[in-house]
Amino acid sequence: MNSMSDLKLKPEPLLRVSDLTRLYGPEKGCDGVGFELYPGEVLGIVGESGSGKSTLLSLLSGRCAPDRGVIDYRRNDGRWLDLYSATEAERRTLLRTEWGFVEQSPRDGLRMGVSAGANIGERLMAQGVRNYEQLRAAGIAWLSQVEIDPLRIDDLPRTFSGGMQQRLQIARNLVSKPRLVFMDEPTGGLDVSVQARLLDLLRGLVRELDLAVVIVTHDLAVARLLADRLMVMRRSRVVETGLTDQILDDPQHPYSQLLVSSVLQP
Amino acid sequence: MNNLIEVRDLSKTFTLHQQNGVVLNVLRNLNFAVRGGECLVLHGHSGAGKSTLLRTLYGNYLPASGSICVQHAGNWLELVGAAPRAVLAVRRQTLGYVSQFLRVIPRVSSLDVVMEPALARGWSKAESRERAESLLTRLNIPRRLWQLAPGTFSGGEQQRINIARGFMVPWPILLLDEPTASLDDSNRNVVLELMHEARQAGAALIGIFHDQSVREAIADRHLDMSAQAKESLPC
Repeated sequence: MNSMSDLKLKPEPLLRVSDLTRLYGPEKGCDGVGFELYPGEVLGIVGESGSGKSTLLSLLSGRCAPDRGVIDYRRNDGRWLDLYSATEAERRTLLRTEWGFVEQSPRDGLRMGVSAGANIGERLMAQGVRNYEQLRAAGIAWLSQVEIDPLRIDDLPRTFSGGMQQRLQIARNLVSKPRLVFMDEPTGGLDVSVQARLLDLLRGLVRELDLAVVIVTHDLAVARLLADRLMVMRRSRVVETGLTDQILDDPQHPYSQLLVSSVLQP
Repeated sequence: MNNLIEVRDLSKTFTLHQQNGVVLNVLRNLNFAVRGGECLVLHGHSGAGKSTLLRTLYGNYLPASGSICVQHAGNWLELVGAAPRAVLAVRRQTLGYVSQFLRVIPRVSSLDVVMEPALARGWSKAESRERAESLLTRLNIPRRLWQLAPGTFSGGEQQRINIARGFMVPWPILLLDEPTASLDDSNRNVVLELMHEARQAGAALIGIFHDQSVREAIADRHLDMSAQAKESLPC
């Protein structure tokens, strides 16, 4: 009965990961990670620095090949793609169209030398949109979607505040209507007041666009607000996984308990 | 009416690894079922595990053993061991929860906080807004507060926002953790009305009410939990 109501809900996963491993040394990197991600589902990866969160994100997003393990992605046309058996060109196309990647530092995710509008238009151009009016309209629409004054469309990102840059990076990723977005500490470098605004924006966009998201964060409050479920990593392995509320309110593994109880409650 | 939730042999323990692995047995072999249109009141002294039971039913706490089955989308669904997305689907459509305290989301207006459960079910913005406004009006939240984030509101105001959110959409099963605790008489009566309406509409209610008049007004049955935990709760 469980599977019946699930079948109606979401037919097939978007991502199937098994035994994903890349080790730089003993307990350094990512060891034997497996999970499935469904459309519209937000998976949070939490754990201390050096636990392997970022390595896992690099492997998942096709940036670095694993020692072993498989990542299968179900594409828009319904066909499954084995990420690391695919060609470099296929992987790059995926990253520019159906996938997005929001870097912790907007400087790594934006092209700082071109205007905000050009940053947003780049993915559309890569998809073959050449019409200037269309690119411009998308730029204006997305700037207002991420709460940036559309009059700033011709300004360079370096004239933007950190929070605005991060929102621009999000717009640049979402313009191509991706189905899966990776995020590496997206609120990490921002002031607390700006964080709340960005989180609220992300929550809204995730629901509106039915995005699947894999988000790495060390901030458990961010995880609570954004993630449906969590994976807790420690020393390259996943030690616990489950519904976000359960992991944060009733952690089972000694390390998860330590992690949750170490947070200062303001 | 038929059973909407059935609980069998439910136990909950906490193992505190950071405190020398102390094990607390909070719930032991609980058995009960609640029909549509019925209100089960959890009874027992402070520390008997009443809130723990509600949090376990809602999935925030992981049961040690036993079964929690709910009627969801026309089928019985086992919540113990269910995938997170199945639990979230149940929370969207079937199982509501009015917690003791509002978890505030910075910067989100009271109106949006209240509307969220309806938007998550795919209601239109206009329809959601209309229902939210009528609830906020009934619960005597002044209109000038609707566009403000509830973070700075008084305890009673936050609790009423929380209640409006909890009753925003009709729930087949509704869990209530002291919804009337910090309210004055007139607002307490509004909450009683809302609970009666939900019950009339066929909802199964499971609640904790410290106020005896509220208990007498709403309870169909009691579940005595004083035989449960002898140990204190971790939080």
